[in-house]
Amino acid sequence: MNIIVVGCGKIGRAVISALVNEGHDVVAIDKNQEKVEEVTNQIDIMGVCGSGTDCDTLLDAGAGKADVFLATTASDELNMLSCFIAKNLGAKNTVARIRDRAYSENNLNFLSQQLKLRMSFNPEKLAAHDIYNVLKLPTVAHIETFSTRRFEIVELVLREDSPLAGVRIMDLRKKYHANFLICAVLRGEEVIIPGGDFGLESGDRIAITAAPTEIIKLLRHLKLAKKQAKNVMILGASRTAYYLTKLLLASGSNVTVIDKDPDVCNKFSEALPGANVILGDGAQQEILHEEGLNTVDAFISLTGIDEENILLSYYAQSQEVPKVITKVNRDEFISLANRLGLDTIISPRRAISDLMLRYTRATENTVGSNIETLYKIMEEHAEALKFKVSPDFKYLNVPLKDINFKKNILIAGILRNRKAMVPTGDDVFMEGDKAIVISAGHKLRDLQDIIA
Amino acid sequence: MNRRMVLNTLGHIAIALAGLMALPCVVSVIYGELKILWCFLIAIGIALILGLTLKFTSKPGNKIIYAKEGFVIVTFAWIIMSVIGALPFFLSGEIPDYIDALFEMVSGFTTTGASIIPDVESMSRGLLFWRSFSHWIGGMGVLVFVMALLPNMPDRSIHIMRAEMPGPEVDKLLPRARDTAKILYIIYIVMTAAEIILLLAGGMPLFDSLVHSFGTAGTGGFGIKSDSIGGYSPYLQWVIGIFMLLFGVNFNLYYLLLLGKFKSILRSTELWTYISIVLVSIAIITVNVYNMYDGFWETLRHSTFQVSTIISTTGYSTVDYDLWPGLSKAILLFLMIVGGCAGSTAGGIKVSRVVILIKSIIRELKRAIHPRSVNVVKLEGKKLDEQVVSGVTSYLAIYVASVILIFITLSFEPEHVFGVETNLSATLACFNNIGPGLDAVGPTLNYSGYNGFSTFLLTVAMLMGRLEIFPVILGLNPFLWKKR
Repeated sequence: MNIIVVGCGKIGRAVISALVNEGHDVVAIDKNQEKVEEVTNQIDIMGVCGSGTDCDTLLDAGAGKADVFLATTASDELNMLSCFIAKNLGAKNTVARIRDRAYSENNLNFLSQQLKLRMSFNPEKLAAHDIYNVLKLPTVAHIETFSTRRFEIVELVLREDSPLAGVRIMDLRKKYHANFLICAVLRGEEVIIPGGDFGLESGDRIAITAAPTEIIKLLRHLKLAKKQAKNVMILGASRTAYYLTKLLLASGSNVTVIDKDPDVCNKFSEALPGANVILGDGAQQEILHEEGLNTVDAFISLTGIDEENILLSYYAQSQEVPKVITKVNRDEFISLANRLGLDTIISPRRAISDLMLRYTRATENTVGSNIETLYKIMEEHAEALKFKVSPDFKYLNVPLKDINFKKNILIAGILRNRKAMVPTGDDVFMEGDKAIVISAGHKLRDLQDIIA
Repeated sequence: MNRRMVLNTLGHIAIALAGLMALPCVVSVIYGELKILWCFLIAIGIALILGLTLKFTSKPGNKIIYAKEGFVIVTFAWIIMSVIGALPFFLSGEIPDYIDALFEMVSGFTTTGASIIPDVESMSRGLLFWRSFSHWIGGMGVLVFVMALLPNMPDRSIHIMRAEMPGPEVDKLLPRARDTAKILYIIYIVMTAAEIILLLAGGMPLFDSLVHSFGTAGTGGFGIKSDSIGGYSPYLQWVIGIFMLLFGVNFNLYYLLLLGKFKSILRSTELWTYISIVLVSIAIITVNVYNMYDGFWETLRHSTFQVSTIISTTGYSTVDYDLWPGLSKAILLFLMIVGGCAGSTAGGIKVSRVVILIKSIIRELKRAIHPRSVNVVKLEGKKLDEQVVSGVTSYLAIYVASVILIFITLSFEPEHVFGVETNLSATLACFNNIGPGLDAVGPTLNYSGYNGFSTFLLTVAMLMGRLEIFPVILGLNPFLWKKR
């Protein structure tokens, strides 16, 4: 597809590289010549230097023939205006990054309608939801939900003393009497879709799919079941912190937010009076301890500086805070943070690239079995997708064991009539089912793509 | 440096070369030149062995390359192509000295068209075809060609395009470098085919049409007759003359033409400058040589052909312009240096650089009067980056320095057979990829008078001119080859 991206900042760049890896033709627009040059040197795209609200620039970039037009600059209003212009120039779908909290749901719906926006996205809000999901099950490293929590995919890092280490997968279900599936294992840099005789080792990062109740059951067996984090300390009163605090307060948690900027603290406190806002420099360990670092259930660093986030998370981890979550913007730092033992990394840009991939793949494929959800799992080494099984799928009512799937593809779940099940070889796809597929190394666009 | 990726890409180039040499094989078979066929087969064998060895011994771990890898890949690709491509000439014995064969081959790939062969008409057909076909390959760029064909190019291959494509800036026509390369080659092929058809329609034999179209398309200039184009009918001369001008235009404009954006074509400063230079030169020369030919139309034809052959840096000729008066020769010498538009197959400094230079000179003059004035240099309606402007001035400096250095070294010739005019025009003609110069290297003569060292020096000059100096200097710098 022809895609135009306005803005080559952090988010813009993340979106561009995700889209190019998907095989789309991308044209990038930015006001800053240097940024355009940098991004065109690194990624195989065309760059246009100019304003995203200038008709000539947009026409130059081919806005008239664009399938998708994405505005990702830091200014919400500029994004909206440039989407509006592009739409009127003939762009098929327009998507704007809108993140100011002044644009509430109602406000946003009205604006989207008036501006004919196909979608708006808010990276900070997405990141806050990700963090919130993890906090609900603090012992897991990562969690994604399908179909409003009827099915979940949970990532665990097996520690030295984990009862799962050294166990073969075929023995697991017998041992724990739970209906779940280990659908992927990340060992080192390699993702394995494990067979029945695959043996788990400590240090593996495993992805488990099951219905939420089954997951709780399993975690209880593993002695990993812990209540939702009640006392949470957040460093940095950023936008992400705002959305996260709002979610946490609504679910009854105690939230302490630390920031060193008095203006930011004031505004935060005004918007969310329920939060305990502390004015102080989080880099001073004194302050962290004074505010009870040793008693909180979770420590989340959300400042704008990756280095600070990583270092302070590392410190919190050494103080044995049960759950430490780190926001990292730059890709290069994610593997570094993992090496320091920080297993829960949240990156707004990753949430965004997932969203964009899902969106573009679904836009591309208007017939056949649509992708409804797409998550990058296992540190982006694999994908979990939910497809709707359409009536023209060729293998309806054929037992799974008789279908010749591609390598590194696994059917992790089938949702039928509001019920989730972990399939066995005798199960079949039926029309109207939702199929949850795990894939490593493929770019699936249609359910048909999983057949060899 | 990502050595594995560099070696791997070079392997692909060698394999591509083997594929390209299959075409002259076919020609040799058609004309029954079995000996020449064997020479080509040996060269193909060597290219394949080298290519496959490089490809399979160096599997790259990561495919990312940076600007320096781009320079190294381009320089060595051209060296490998020339060294192997020269083998058939040498093996067949038609050019007994390998240095001379290398000169001939580099002259082909760099689209210079300067020849070392005293009697062209006695050469075998296979070799003549290969010589001209090399113009066509080298015109748009070998690596751009490989890029259009192979899906497996390095990441960030824009660095390769930038090192190989002539001009101060490389514009992508489409988001992907590979698609851009494809579009350029499609335009190139269609225009070449158009010329072949027009030449055939004018009664030129098929072999001659192919050879001359390749020579025109790459703005090379290897012919198959000792009087170049002079022996063909006026119609054929007009066709070739106009197509030379067309191939000297920035190919981006043809793409805009395909898209129907006529307005932006008409707004192109570079195009207008190019057209103005051509028209003024033709006018002056026509007046200057009016009494040498029969009537207005013949004079116009000859002056147009000679102007277009020199400004597009092709090097065909219909008359011996060495006999023209001083003013006309001076204009031709000026056109030699200017060359065609950026993004075309022509050589020289390029019209767009000249435009940028003139604009920045005007700016400096203004600044001398109003020291605090702020002026932005614009080209094609867009603000030019200061870096591009200063890049152009430093390119000019290094261009002049290289030309002077080569000219002086060339004058060391122990026999002192050539005068200043010959040596200077030989340097300019080789450096700007034109071919024939003036005096002893004029359009009816050739470069066989130079000794081995001078021939090699001019070979390097051609390569530097085609790749626009920087890649050659940087790519041959051993400090860049270090592993990272």
